[in-house]
Amino acid sequence: MKRKRIFDGAGIQRSLGRLALEIAERLQGCQDVVLIGIHRRGVPLARRLAALIQKAEGVALPVGSLDINLYRDDFSSAGTAPVLRGTQVDFSLEGKTVVLVDDVLFTGRTVRAALDALVDLGRPARVQLAVLVDRGHRELPIQADYVGLSLSTRREDHVELRLKETDGEDALYLEGPEPKTPRDRKPR
Amino acid sequence: MAMHHKDLVGIETLSPEEITLILDTAEKMAEVSHRPLKKVPALRGKLVVNLFFENSTRTRSSFEIAEKRLSADTLNFSASASSLSKGESLVDTVLNLERMQPDAYVMRHSSPGACQLIRPFTKAVLVNAGDGAHEHPTQALLDALTIRQKKGGFRGLKVLIAGDIAHSRVVRSNVFLLKKMGADVTLCGPATLLPPHLDSLGVKVTTDFDRALDGQDVVMMLRIQLERQKKGLFPSLLEYYKYYGLTEERLRRADREVIVMHPGPINRGVEIASEVADGPYSVILDQVENGVSVRMAILYLLLGGGDDETSHS
Repeated sequence: MKRKRIFDGAGIQRSLGRLALEIAERLQGCQDVVLIGIHRRGVPLARRLAALIQKAEGVALPVGSLDINLYRDDFSSAGTAPVLRGTQVDFSLEGKTVVLVDDVLFTGRTVRAALDALVDLGRPARVQLAVLVDRGHRELPIQADYVGLSLSTRREDHVELRLKETDGEDALYLEGPEPKTPRDRKPR
Repeated sequence: MAMHHKDLVGIETLSPEEITLILDTAEKMAEVSHRPLKKVPALRGKLVVNLFFENSTRTRSSFEIAEKRLSADTLNFSASASSLSKGESLVDTVLNLERMQPDAYVMRHSSPGACQLIRPFTKAVLVNAGDGAHEHPTQALLDALTIRQKKGGFRGLKVLIAGDIAHSRVVRSNVFLLKKMGADVTLCGPATLLPPHLDSLGVKVTTDFDRALDGQDVVMMLRIQLERQKKGLFPSLLEYYKYYGLTEERLRRADREVIVMHPGPINRGVEIASEVADGPYSVILDQVENGVSVRMAILYLLLGGGDDETSHS
């Protein structure tokens, strides 16, 4: 396995800064805009984005958190129930523009579940998606409105974002198998 | 961290980590019950059979609400309206139900060990909703959630459980749980309602209710089943109240921040005075509310198997 660091802390912060400006620009003045982070790492990212938007625009956006584990589509497969982190949205979504925030966009299944979870909480005017990394390989027709970094990956690669709030450091890693030689290939 | 058991038959076999996981999960479930739309799809398409061979309004409604909030399909099977009244055995009932592909059974039965009896005959998840005087694990878990919310934890906490110790499954489950979590437990009741060998559970035992109350952080009162009096286990309800009823005056002996609990239904003026049951120290109705969250947590943890977080973004 090969592990490569794509971003350090400064890189992540720069990317977030650009995302914040893009959101502020697209949603002029940020009236009636709320940020909702998807557990786990989308939550600290949403808080950081809110702080950056407040610095740039002087508007304090409400921040909520969404736990999608009760909305997953893979419950029937064997395994253990994922740890719940809880949903906390202490404001009304009625008529709001919700910007969902997640760390890595991959198959799109998390976002699908997040949309289901979100509409159970209220009826926003519109929902947008901001991600720090888009690594491709979508399995559903889902796209992000704001992307920090588009990363070209192989399906079997592992993209790991680590954040100070959850993991003690800020870094983005790409991990994957070395390019295969015919000898390494295992028979199916 | 995950549950290491397929079923929830009792607290006795759970680890402190599993208990903490259940309580943490229940804490998160509470939010669902406070939404305008009180339902999540977590257990969509799962069939839960509620097998209640003994009357129970509170526990059954609580389980049923928990199942519905998680979108499970439910089938209520009660003894009086079932083939059991036609003489079918418990095992035969389960063998028949089994062919309807249930994913879980929630069972209340008057015989201790009823869950263990049917265990070999089913692939489904088994949740004990009370088996005779053996265990009532979800009651102990909802009690624990209430205690943790009010007191922050269990280590060194002084807990008194008082009343009909001998006939209570709630006591056994609570003692197992509280001891595992490091609480200091005292049991109290008239000698006729105290079974022998209680000290082997690692608890203090006394018949002196007034002294037992001194400095307690939690006082858990048990329901006196009125039919026990007919068996001569205590002379009269009034006399029981005089010696073992929790009154405001008695409660002053406990810690200033004491909480008063009761698994319900309460007998006002028998084991507990109305002023206490309705008073500021009482958390009896919080227990009822936590019951739904705890049962949602159990069903989610035992039935909600999925892949781990990383494979799904």
